[in-house]
Amino acid sequence: MHAFLPDFEVYTPRSLREALALLNQNNHKPLAGGTDLMVLLAAGNLPAGSYLNVNGLEELGGMEVGKDKVRLGALTTYTEIRRQAILCKEFPNLVAAARQTGALAIQNRGTIGGNIANASPAADSPPALLTYDAEIKLISEKGTRVVPYKDFHLGYKKTLLGTNELIHSVYVPRRFRNWHHYYRKVGARKSQAISKVIIAACALMNKDRIQDIRLSAGSVAPYTLRCFQTEEILRGEKKSQAAIQKAKTMILSEISPINDIRSTAKYRRYVTTQLLEEFLLSLP
Amino acid sequence: MSKNRRRIEIRFRVNRKLRRVCVHPLTRLLDILRLELGLTGTKEGCGEGECGACAVLMDGELVNSCLIPAVQLHGRSIETIEGLSKRGRLHPIQQSFIQRGGTQCGFCTSGMIMASVALLMGKKHPSSAQIGEHLAGNLCRCTGYSPIVDSVRKVGKK
Amino acid sequence: MRTKHIGERVPRREGGLKVSGRARYVDDWTLTGALYGVTVRSPVARGIIRQIGYPAGTPWEQFTIVTAADIPGSNSVANLEKDQPFLAVDRVQHAEQAILLLAHPNKSLLEKARRAVSLDIEHLPAVLSLESSLAQEQVVWGHNNVFKELKIEKGNVDGVLNNAPVIVEGEYWTGAQEQLYLETNGMIAVANPKEGVTVWGSMQCPYFVHKALMELFSLPMEKVRVVQMETGGAFGGKEDYPSVLAGHAALLAWKSGKPVKMVYDRGEDMAATTKRHPSRTQHRTVVDRNGKLLAMDIDFAIDGGGHMTLSPIVLSRGSIHAAGPYYCPNIRIHGRAVATNTPPHGAFRGFGAPQSLFALERHMDKVARTVGLSPVEFRRRNFIRQGESTATGQRIRESIQMEKLLHRALKETNYEKKVRLFAKQNLKAKVKKGMGVSCFFHGAGFTGSGEKRLASVVAVEATEQGKLRVLASITELGQGAVTIFTQIAADALGISGQDIEVAQADTAFVPDSGPTVASRTCMIVGKILESACIELKQTLIQNGLLKERYTSNAFRAACKKYVKQHGQLKSFAQYQQPSHIQWDDEKHEGDAYGTMAWAIYIAEVSVDLSTYEIRVDDFLALQEIGKVMNPLLAEGQIIGGVVQGIGYTLHENVIWNKGRMVNNRITDYIIPTSMDVPPVRVIFEENPYEFGPSGAKGIGELPLDGVAPAIVNAIESATGAAINRIPVTPEVLLEAMENTNE
Repeated sequence: MHAFLPDFEVYTPRSLREALALLNQNNHKPLAGGTDLMVLLAAGNLPAGSYLNVNGLEELGGMEVGKDKVRLGALTTYTEIRRQAILCKEFPNLVAAARQTGALAIQNRGTIGGNIANASPAADSPPALLTYDAEIKLISEKGTRVVPYKDFHLGYKKTLLGTNELIHSVYVPRRFRNWHHYYRKVGARKSQAISKVIIAACALMNKDRIQDIRLSAGSVAPYTLRCFQTEEILRGEKKSQAAIQKAKTMILSEISPINDIRSTAKYRRYVTTQLLEEFLLSLP
Repeated sequence: MSKNRRRIEIRFRVNRKLRRVCVHPLTRLLDILRLELGLTGTKEGCGEGECGACAVLMDGELVNSCLIPAVQLHGRSIETIEGLSKRGRLHPIQQSFIQRGGTQCGFCTSGMIMASVALLMGKKHPSSAQIGEHLAGNLCRCTGYSPIVDSVRKVGKK
Repeated sequence: MRTKHIGERVPRREGGLKVSGRARYVDDWTLTGALYGVTVRSPVARGIIRQIGYPAGTPWEQFTIVTAADIPGSNSVANLEKDQPFLAVDRVQHAEQAILLLAHPNKSLLEKARRAVSLDIEHLPAVLSLESSLAQEQVVWGHNNVFKELKIEKGNVDGVLNNAPVIVEGEYWTGAQEQLYLETNGMIAVANPKEGVTVWGSMQCPYFVHKALMELFSLPMEKVRVVQMETGGAFGGKEDYPSVLAGHAALLAWKSGKPVKMVYDRGEDMAATTKRHPSRTQHRTVVDRNGKLLAMDIDFAIDGGGHMTLSPIVLSRGSIHAAGPYYCPNIRIHGRAVATNTPPHGAFRGFGAPQSLFALERHMDKVARTVGLSPVEFRRRNFIRQGESTATGQRIRESIQMEKLLHRALKETNYEKKVRLFAKQNLKAKVKKGMGVSCFFHGAGFTGSGEKRLASVVAVEATEQGKLRVLASITELGQGAVTIFTQIAADALGISGQDIEVAQADTAFVPDSGPTVASRTCMIVGKILESACIELKQTLIQNGLLKERYTSNAFRAACKKYVKQHGQLKSFAQYQQPSHIQWDDEKHEGDAYGTMAWAIYIAEVSVDLSTYEIRVDDFLALQEIGKVMNPLLAEGQIIGGVVQGIGYTLHENVIWNKGRMVNNRITDYIIPTSMDVPPVRVIFEENPYEFGPSGAKGIGELPLDGVAPAIVNAIESATGAAINRIPVTPEVLLEAMENTNE
């Protein structure tokens, strides 16, 4: 344990309102499940300063199933996601992501809001959320705003989240039930690995044509990518070798993978196209 | 609002006993157990939630104690390896680990056993594959895992 | 002798302590008033220390600061060569080298201070790879970077090579591997001029540490005490490094006058302590028209890092194993251990053999293919047999039956049928499957006359309660030493295992039984223990306290009586070298080992061509290990070793940058989890070794030796990719497949 604890202040607000007031006054950083921040703390790499312990705030938890959408409170854990029958049925990519995040002890603590806010390009749940047109509700003392998740990430570890804002909820619209879903994470081992490549996708078929499609990729760009152009050229296409080849070429122009300690750019490019192909071939 | 730079008082249960500690809010549960309460059965293997040697149960759920800050402990109930044997009698899972070679150097064992307990609370007779997936967050460098999986699968059997 | 314990699945004796969290590791123990200690290390691989600065802002007066100038005795770690200082003096020879030590009661302040120390180090050109060291791009050690060079020669290799129509050549590489014992290195020290030096810690070899501390402090034997605490895995990683850490903790204790605890965090342990030597092996092989080996010319080179430490011995073992379990009339093995400016590499289960055997067993597949034989048939034709001699000229005395082992292994895995089936399925499948075989041996105990030089001693004594206490410096590391010793002693005395105690390895009480390394604990030290027990029994019989036939109760009573009459009952025994062992250290010639364990490993793998992920679907580990002393523990050793081998082959990739390990976190250095391992099927064959206790041979290291080549041979059989290096990550396989397809 390398941190010098007196360098840190921690506030535990009693209510969301108090939390937002604090955020407005000061540059607090929120602390939720701790699965990212506590790692940095122990390594002596967490920036000194004030932290806001939001973990107990009821308003940020819970899950509601509405007629048109499902709301996941920002503090929803991966374990809670895995256990939700409705998510398993209608949003299997999200459940697959939760199941492959860390291992069980991490899934019991890590939260969907924390995963989004941490904004790692290798995170497991963002690609899944992107395939479901998720929206994010952000809240501050001044009010709330709901933004499409596809617009949330701006660059490496850069997001729309203001310093005075918290992620309140994630919404996923319930219109993907009849879509075909695909989520595959490739890491250095079968479990407990940080991703080298993630491809998440879903498609709505109209007979043999792809009527609509969502496609996203993790670990191959500075932030989780929604591959709009590849989607675009596939929309309305029949599943054919030609379409697959076109899509593979297009996705390579959308991603910008790098060499790092986990993998190589070359490998990431190769696997991205292979997973895309695997998804397209899996369509009926 | 409670603002804290120095120490806060935390009341929580450890192995069914009420405990009170005064610590910095970001003190890790791991350090509270080992240094404040002298419960050294819980081990530190990596300090980043990767190895599972520090795994304990919090309100019945498996967590890595190196990732739990004191400030999130209030009112919780923690169970550690020390709480498993009752009146000096080993829990059946502990017996099984001894009998089937589930422990070698012993350093992953506390976490591994707590993870196994968490699994067995929800599932009486898990399959080898389920055990494998459930224990994937607990690294072991000695056994090659199958003696551990065996220990969990055959718990309570002769 | 009746055996009631040997051969049984006796559960681990300290198991109860371990499963209940009561076993005490060094970090579980605190001395009142103790300080914590940390190490300030060089970020530079090679350089000259210009200045050490203590910038304002840190209350330095509160800290105990130790530099090389504070060392009371010799500033070199007791080892083969005196080239490794405890603390750098003016030069830095490798990245992460210890420069100074700090102690303070507050751990967090200490960490702040550690980061605050400023080091002004002038960079010197460094050698950062095996190739550049061999090429002498810079000379960073001695006059040619070579720690040790050796030659093993049998027959006339050049004669054959010069006339050979075809020479099969190959070059093979292995990477560093981190032991990743779950418990990091740790040590507590109490040291002052009056009482001397005492350390408690995690270690394999208390007497190595003992010797190191005597020299560091210029103290006589009796003023230094080393106590092993429960040790959370070692695998070779706690063979030589604990001497360094014990020295550091003791220096801080000596200067501060207070107990000092130093426990590395994972990052420091991975970056600064020893790892398996990276290696390069070149093979040139000639085979006759019947597929029989005619000549093997092998060049084996290992990267020893910044200081010599144990590299010459690793080199020796690696070289001796380099020609494997085959008979060949003409063999030349040229071995070199060379310096680079990375942290010193050290012992790791297998000790050089996994490196040279990876090369050999990959090369055997290549030779087989070249001469048009199946890998299995080619090996079958060349197995060494009783009466034939190895590379070092060791005549095989026992009736080894590699063919029989191979036959059984093939049958158990349904090998031939699967090879045909996979060949057919692979034509269409996106997931390709393959089978790979490796054949090997591992010699237990120190090489050649090493055991004779060690002259290990074991004592047994009767306690006042009439129990028998084993006194040995052998350490329990998780391998089961305490349990095996209990079994051996109980059966030698014909008493219950409950009546045996195995003393903590504490140099104040136990004799020097040699280090806990080289798969020697059971076979070598166990045999000495057996002799000590028999002698103690004879004493009781000769004194008329015990009849030839007796019960546990009678034994206890006899012991009590003897202790009452004479004050103590203790017997010592020392290693006796079997007369057949003849060894020439200079020429590396003769009986390298008293005996070897023999093994056939077969891997079945699948490779997903869309991701190049490799999965081991099935693994058969068949070995002949003399006598299986305790099947439960023996299986544990084999399965655990195989899984470490799987990591070595597929996942474990130490990434270096300017001589420093950059992926020194468990998150980034990938070892197998419970989801990554296949069922490992373990089969033992027994062929008792005359000089082992009840016929036992050593097995601890064996399983690491044969895993990598079996898996990589299987990968080649699945994909056609002729991979010559490990680890085979998917990224490596992708590159290899591109080359294969071109």
